Amino acid sequence: MFDDLRDLYQEVILDHGRHPRHAKRPATFDASAKGDNPMCGDRVQVFVTYGPDKAIADAAFEARGCAISVASADLMAETVKGRSQADVRSLFTAFRELARTGTCPHCDAALAEPLERLEPLAGVHEYPSRVKCATLPWHALIAALDGAQEASSE
Amino acid sequence: MNVETRPMPLDVTRIREDFPILRQTVRGKKLVFLDSAASAQKPRAVIDAMRTAMETQYANVHRGLHWMSERTTDAWEAARDAAAALLNARDRDEIVFVRNSTEAINLVAHSYGRGVMRPGQAVLISGMEHHSNIVPWQLLRDDKGIELRVAPITDAGELDMAAFEALLEDGKVGLVAITHMSNVLGTYTPAERIARIAHVHGAKVLFDGSQAVVHRRVDVQAIDADFYAWTGHKLYGPTGIGVLWARRELLDRMPPFLGGGEMISSVSYERSTWAPVPHKFEAGTPAIVEGIGLKAAIDYVQSIGYDAIAAHELALTDHALARLSEIPGLTILGHAQDRGGVVSFALDRAHAHDVATLLDREGIAVRAGHHCAEPLMHRFALESTARASFAIYTTRTEIDVLADTLVRVREFFA
Repeated sequence: MFDDLRDLYQEVILDHGRHPRHAKRPATFDASAKGDNPMCGDRVQVFVTYGPDKAIADAAFEARGCAISVASADLMAETVKGRSQADVRSLFTAFRELARTGTCPHCDAALAEPLERLEPLAGVHEYPSRVKCATLPWHALIAALDGAQEASSE
Repeated sequence: MNVETRPMPLDVTRIREDFPILRQTVRGKKLVFLDSAASAQKPRAVIDAMRTAMETQYANVHRGLHWMSERTTDAWEAARDAAAALLNARDRDEIVFVRNSTEAINLVAHSYGRGVMRPGQAVLISGMEHHSNIVPWQLLRDDKGIELRVAPITDAGELDMAAFEALLEDGKVGLVAITHMSNVLGTYTPAERIARIAHVHGAKVLFDGSQAVVHRRVDVQAIDADFYAWTGHKLYGPTGIGVLWARRELLDRMPPFLGGGEMISSVSYERSTWAPVPHKFEAGTPAIVEGIGLKAAIDYVQSIGYDAIAAHELALTDHALARLSEIPGLTILGHAQDRGGVVSFALDRAHAHDVATLLDREGIAVRAGHHCAEPLMHRFALESTARASFAIYTTRTEIDVLADTLVRVREFFA
């Protein structure tokens, strides 16, 4: 039973959903924003710390939501660490396409390595109602980079 | 409950044959549709009535002086008779057709709330309302200076009657607006008692009957209600047609909600006068075909009979509560003594959306989320639950499939 669901719930996702490594509210942070999916009640808050070069030195989150949204937030925090804000914005665009379509054929080759880490979430594209679960933490992250308090929903 | 006479059991196999969609497969699996509280499936009788109307006797109503219009008007007004009989209304003109329960409640909030109530009065709702019985009153509060009060519910998911009555004691509450059956907890509220207490304290009472009218016979005179709102699509009828029942004397006092054609007596640029009720509240061309479909749905439900429907759903609910309670880590939301075929639950290891996605893979349709009742979710410290809801076509086997699959869902997230 559920064998075909292994595309969506890969072991990586189940693991990060159950035991997220970056699910914490840091004592100090430079920017933070909330994301809210009013359709389902998923909520996430992302915390960002900048390095001296304004790159992302650290990212963390607090979330109440499904396995997909928690895993996505955790993989995001892991992937964006140490990257410039411009790279993170490009990565968001690429990830959004990955989540919606399952691939990102036009994506910048420079993003190949981080996108590979996010690849386990590509399975959501077959579940249109779940795509937002995967992209919600990213919307919150981008809002934080923009200096906003709340992500605008898609 | 003391059920002394056992009604004829409902022949589910025969009923299922009346619903063409139940033959569908989903993802290669037999459809197990447990989301009827969101919207119910339609029997052939409803589908046929709507198609026949469009193919053989369709025109606008109350306008043309021609054969087609007269026939269509007769069919449309027959729906009013059917709705009046369903609720045991005293007067067929107490039936106002609207789009859905939401519109019915908004009609009352606008017309009775803004037209009859006075600033300083209060509206009292309960802690288990659907957003459609919260937000219209918030808009009224902000617009008209009318206070909004909320009667709490107990941990069992029942209305706290002592607190409810206490909130009425200062005499400021002009209207109690409360569900007759919770769409999340399955709780029936004690409608007669609520109406009696409300009336003692000088308040009118509106029931949101969206769920209740599907599962039980509703008698607005026996309840002694003032307003009763419900929608067709949950009662096996089409979308786009619902009913507001209200006492004639209240409808007569209330100003119109929407203005336009059909609702007027005469129009000049200086002033217009209103048609008598119910037409005063039915501006514009109504959902004619849907009204005809609604009549077919009411006739279908009446032909089965509420005694059989209620007994069937009671048996299903008992079975579901027993089977789901056996699943470790599963919490059922609310355990009211008087409850119907709506069961919300949370699994310890999996979020409701993950549960719904896995169930969907097995062809099982449930609702997951906050069920348009966010304050109620917060009352139970939850963001969302999964909800299985039952209908006349639901079988014991389907509930077994749900329970067995939930055990596997839990193992999947182990």
